[in-house]
Amino acid sequence: MVKEIERAGLPVVHMCTVVPISLTVGANRIVPTIAIPHPLGDPNLDKDEEKALRKSLVERALKALEIEVDGQKVFE
Amino acid sequence: MSKIKIVHYINQFFAGIGGEEKADYKPEVRESIVGPGMEFNKRFGDEAEIVATIICGDSYFNENIDKAKSEIIDMVRKYRPDLFIAGPAFNAGRYGVACGTIANAVKEELSIPVLSGMYEENPGADMFKKDIYIMHTKNSAAGMRKAIKTMAPFAIKLAKGEDIGSPNEEGYMARGNRKNYFADKRGSTRAVDMLIKKLNKEKYETEFPMPNFDRVDPNPAIKDISKSKVALVTSGGIVPKGNPDHIESSSASKYGKYDIQGISDLTSETYETAHGGYDPVYANEDADRVLPVDVLRDLENEGKIGELHRYFYTTTGNGTAVASAKAFAEEFAKELIADGVNAVILTST
Repeated sequence: MVKEIERAGLPVVHMCTVVPISLTVGANRIVPTIAIPHPLGDPNLDKDEEKALRKSLVERALKALEIEVDGQKVFE
Repeated sequence: MSKIKIVHYINQFFAGIGGEEKADYKPEVRESIVGPGMEFNKRFGDEAEIVATIICGDSYFNENIDKAKSEIIDMVRKYRPDLFIAGPAFNAGRYGVACGTIANAVKEELSIPVLSGMYEENPGADMFKKDIYIMHTKNSAAGMRKAIKTMAPFAIKLAKGEDIGSPNEEGYMARGNRKNYFADKRGSTRAVDMLIKKLNKEKYETEFPMPNFDRVDPNPAIKDISKSKVALVTSGGIVPKGNPDHIESSSASKYGKYDIQGISDLTSETYETAHGGYDPVYANEDADRVLPVDVLRDLENEGKIGELHRYFYTTTGNGTAVASAKAFAEEFAKELIADGVNAVILTST
């Protein structure tokens, strides 16, 4: 899906935990996340901390959309 | 000659330990034959035996790749096997990646032949088919017997160091290796034969398949995200509670499009996941953990993004055919553009 969205002309950032899969699939902008069943959360944290963590990851993804890339790039 | 010693790698599911709720199972070694190993052992007869089975949860492996790799290699090393088999993994994505990663690592570190089996659309196949032998299997465990029937004799061949035939003869995925041989017809004759078959619309086999690189160049960056309309897409199966469109838990045949206008938080009362390929507990508790509507709404209110698009698109990326996923996204990407969306965040589990 990520590739078809890109092909249609929309910049897209892929947020996922298993980065090697994302690279194989062909995503260009990649932001690694926390864990497979909860990529954008961590049930061990309390609600506020968890939301702050999620926010920081989403902000990283938004930043990635503002950065020119030449091929695939993982935004650690 | 003594029996060929084999170490077999399987996941928590095929070991009978549990499903997704046990996917964080840490590597364990058992000096016995477990799950699909039974069928292998039957096929091996007197020639080979599984001396140990290593079991590891798919999520544990993929979330701790380096650690899992070194732990498992240490386990394998102890048995000094002649061959290492991982899987077969069919179309289970994380299992396939785990099988490919560990088999390749064992080959590199211990210098023994390795073998796995997968469905061709398993992401592990694309990642490792050039490095290791991966036998073609069906896309579900219903193909277990058939998979083992081809894998077992091939495994013995590998362990004995016998000559390996072409991918088509043996049933493994082409690795891109070339092998010289004497053909009975010269090149020009073979080329003309092929051309005639092609003109007659008959089946023919090319001697030089073109690699299939399907890469899409990145689009230019967004100039100012604070003035942009951002849409959310997920393969993590987040749907309104009750899954109104009945999106399948695996091998999805459709996607959903849902209105999130005015919604600032996904709760356990309103949203859930339809995905059958990961432990749903965390997403069902709080679907923002997969589809971050809450923080994007906050960022919209803070003026950090121009607007959060009022619809999100969702499907379950679990065993879903590449062709289906491609068709879904082709269709909704057009809608996104027509709706004036500037950029997309796609989340995967």
